[in-house]
Amino acid sequence: MSTVPRFWRHIPQRYNLVGTHCSKCDEYYYPPRTICPNCRRNAKMEDHKFKGNGTVVTYTTIYNATDDFKRQTPYNLAIIELLEGPRLTGQVICSPSEIEIGMKVKPVFRILGKEGDRGIIYYGTKFVPVEGSI
Amino acid sequence: MPAGIVSYGVYIPKYRIRAEEIARVWGEREDMAQNLNVFEKSVPDADEDAVTIAVEAARNAVKRACVDPARIGAIYTGSESHPYAVKPTGTIVGEAICVNHELTAADFEFACKAGTAAVQACLGLVTANLIDLGLAIGTDTSQGAPGDALEYTAAAGAAAYVIGRENLAAEIEGFYSFTTDTPDFWRREGMPYPEHGGRFTGEPGYFKHVTSATRGLMKKMKTIPEDYDYAVFHQPNGKFPVRVAGQLGFSRDQIEPGLVVPWIGNTYSGSSLIGLAATLDVARPGERIFLASFGSGAGSDAFSIRICDGIEDIRDRAPKVRDYFKNVQYLDYAVYAKHKGKLRL
Amino acid sequence: MRSVSIIGAGCTRFGERWDDSLRDLVVETGIMAIEDASVSGEEIDGLYVGNMSGGRFVEQEHIGALISDCAGLSRLHVPSTRVEAACASGGLALRQAVLAVASGYSDVVIAAGVEKMTDVTGGVAADALAAAADREWECFFGATFPALYAMIARLHMHRYGTSREELAAVAVKNHHNGCMNPISQYQMEITVEKVMRSPLVADPLRVLDCSPITDGAAALVLAPTEEAQKYSDAPIKILATAQASDTLALHDRRDITTLDASVYAAKKAFGQARLEPKDVDFAEVHDAFTIGEIVAIEDLGFVEKGEGGRAAEEGLTWIGGKIPINTSGGLKACGHPVGATGIKQAYEMVLQLRGEAGKRQVEGAEVGLTHNVGGCGGTALVHIMSR
Repeated sequence: MSTVPRFWRHIPQRYNLVGTHCSKCDEYYYPPRTICPNCRRNAKMEDHKFKGNGTVVTYTTIYNATDDFKRQTPYNLAIIELLEGPRLTGQVICSPSEIEIGMKVKPVFRILGKEGDRGIIYYGTKFVPVEGSI
Repeated sequence: MPAGIVSYGVYIPKYRIRAEEIARVWGEREDMAQNLNVFEKSVPDADEDAVTIAVEAARNAVKRACVDPARIGAIYTGSESHPYAVKPTGTIVGEAICVNHELTAADFEFACKAGTAAVQACLGLVTANLIDLGLAIGTDTSQGAPGDALEYTAAAGAAAYVIGRENLAAEIEGFYSFTTDTPDFWRREGMPYPEHGGRFTGEPGYFKHVTSATRGLMKKMKTIPEDYDYAVFHQPNGKFPVRVAGQLGFSRDQIEPGLVVPWIGNTYSGSSLIGLAATLDVARPGERIFLASFGSGAGSDAFSIRICDGIEDIRDRAPKVRDYFKNVQYLDYAVYAKHKGKLRL
Repeated sequence: MRSVSIIGAGCTRFGERWDDSLRDLVVETGIMAIEDASVSGEEIDGLYVGNMSGGRFVEQEHIGALISDCAGLSRLHVPSTRVEAACASGGLALRQAVLAVASGYSDVVIAAGVEKMTDVTGGVAADALAAAADREWECFFGATFPALYAMIARLHMHRYGTSREELAAVAVKNHHNGCMNPISQYQMEITVEKVMRSPLVADPLRVLDCSPITDGAAALVLAPTEEAQKYSDAPIKILATAQASDTLALHDRRDITTLDASVYAAKKAFGQARLEPKDVDFAEVHDAFTIGEIVAIEDLGFVEKGEGGRAAEEGLTWIGGKIPINTSGGLKACGHPVGATGIKQAYEMVLQLRGEAGKRQVEGAEVGLTHNVGGCGGTALVHIMSR
């Protein structure tokens, strides 16, 4: 699923939705970008921690997955637009019949996957519907 | 110098399985629920474990009192279902709540009282002025062997406590622990399910240690049961805490707010700490809570707690224990087994 | 920059080629193309081969040297380059070959594509294909390649009213065409009902909305147009070659229902060729999934945005319709050996423009267009060709 260093390098981004913000053009980026596509080398990039609340833009329910996710099917995947603007791809935990375009979601901390029985556990952020959640 | 609870947070997964459903599968007596006074227990989602629920509880604790995570100088996480035998839960929780790196951390194990032991360790560092704030967590997604009595009660839940010296929601006035080498319940390294001594877990285990710790603390503090408005005892099922309360002179009314096991099961390291949180959810400034945990192996940590004014400001800012009783989803045994990883893949 | 033509073409049968290795497939198609072009090995100035993932599928990199060696050209020390742009590797290999000839640097160049996908299990293949998406920010969270296209489909259906049946109609058409194509992986008709009843892969896409796992290879021989008649009676002129990139991840796109890379590449290609969409007689577009064809014909300008859904159902894109699409059977029915697809599309151009497409011949075909996409739109290649 990932090598140890590749996973470790993005822990703040995956656990806490830390992205970037270009203070020159005021655009927010998650996943984080080093280069702002608007300003390129003139960008002024800083870290930004996103709240995680957002809206489902589009979605699917996956019934056939890669080996890493095989035992988790069916699961919902969505493109979610965060309040601050950027869009990300993430799982939404609810029944396939519940998820819809426009649904409001919020982040939760979950296991994303495991490297078998002996490898490391990948933790990160998934999303749940705001409605009906604690 | 006073020290105590600056904030608290809990998390209980939203799935449940009813005792009668487990009884159905194993052909057990239909009144198992009444027998244990446990009607249903919480079940983690397939992508939840002791780490993820500890994170949710810790995030709730941080949110409740707007704690600055950078002030946390120690994280102690107690569990008997840490997902790694080697690699601490506490560091993952720390990263997930954005602590800075100037802190100490270690994971604890003492069956169901690992969480209260973590509280004591934090109290030590805080009162000695060695750290500003400590985070103590009790978290578990424990397993009961399929068909075993423990399967009716082994549940999932976590409670996190921020321990400090200022802006207290509740002061910990004193604590006392009673610990012996009593093998009433254990799990060998690498084994998936625990073993237990049957009825041996009762008198020589739970009752001896809880009553000894309770009497020891009340003697030390020169208090009697009537001095407390509430009492919380470790809840392996719905009968033991009621019986021990009676034996010690506490009333049913005193233990009622903290008696959550009939609806969520035994959350192991989370058990007495979630019971305490349920009591903090309703207790008023000036009132006092008596808490005694129990961990097999065996030991009991007893605490005398006085509610401070500060609790009114923070209580409503994060979910309460009984909020997690709403919007639950019931599973049948097959899906429950899939979630709990009992199906060998 | 001089004009470039295709003087020879070949394509293996696409399918599960258990008896044949990656090397076998490349040699098979190479011989076909070279004999079709009547060139000798000594005349070949360069090789460009599209291959997405030799490393994951057959644990082989350095594909350029491998192909040159298998083709017996290593003793002539022919320069050989492996080109990768995920599912657009073939189209990009064609472009690189065209540029090499157009620039005057090379004269006779082979553009090939090959993928051997069935030596690994389905799960490994799915993971290898997922590398065409954003590994860190899409796949890590559980995205599969079909899931990304499914999200495009979901939004297209929501916004433009495209229906499940309209998606199925694309698969039905392409299977129908595949039945008339001897190299097609699938040679069977299907119905809309059959598509709708096939198992879900990533809702709303079902098994029969998705192109299969395929082995195959294709090759073209290119030469300067001014010399093409030396080799071929029916050289096919390349009027335009265009390429564009876009964000890797679907969530970063300007409009999830439009592949801006396709739009941009198409505009550049039409500009080069001094043509418009209405001048194109037929096209091979990238239908890795049925929704892919619907979005492609919108992006390429054959229909208005949002109207792509109706095209197959209403006969617009059938042979005999206004703009026949995927007469080869497309990726869906003909198969999708990833690195080979872009070259196979050009092979179909050659057959049609020569009048050698048999039962699937487009009457009076004079101008054709190929459209090859990498990932879910990170790269797009558009070529326009004529007789």
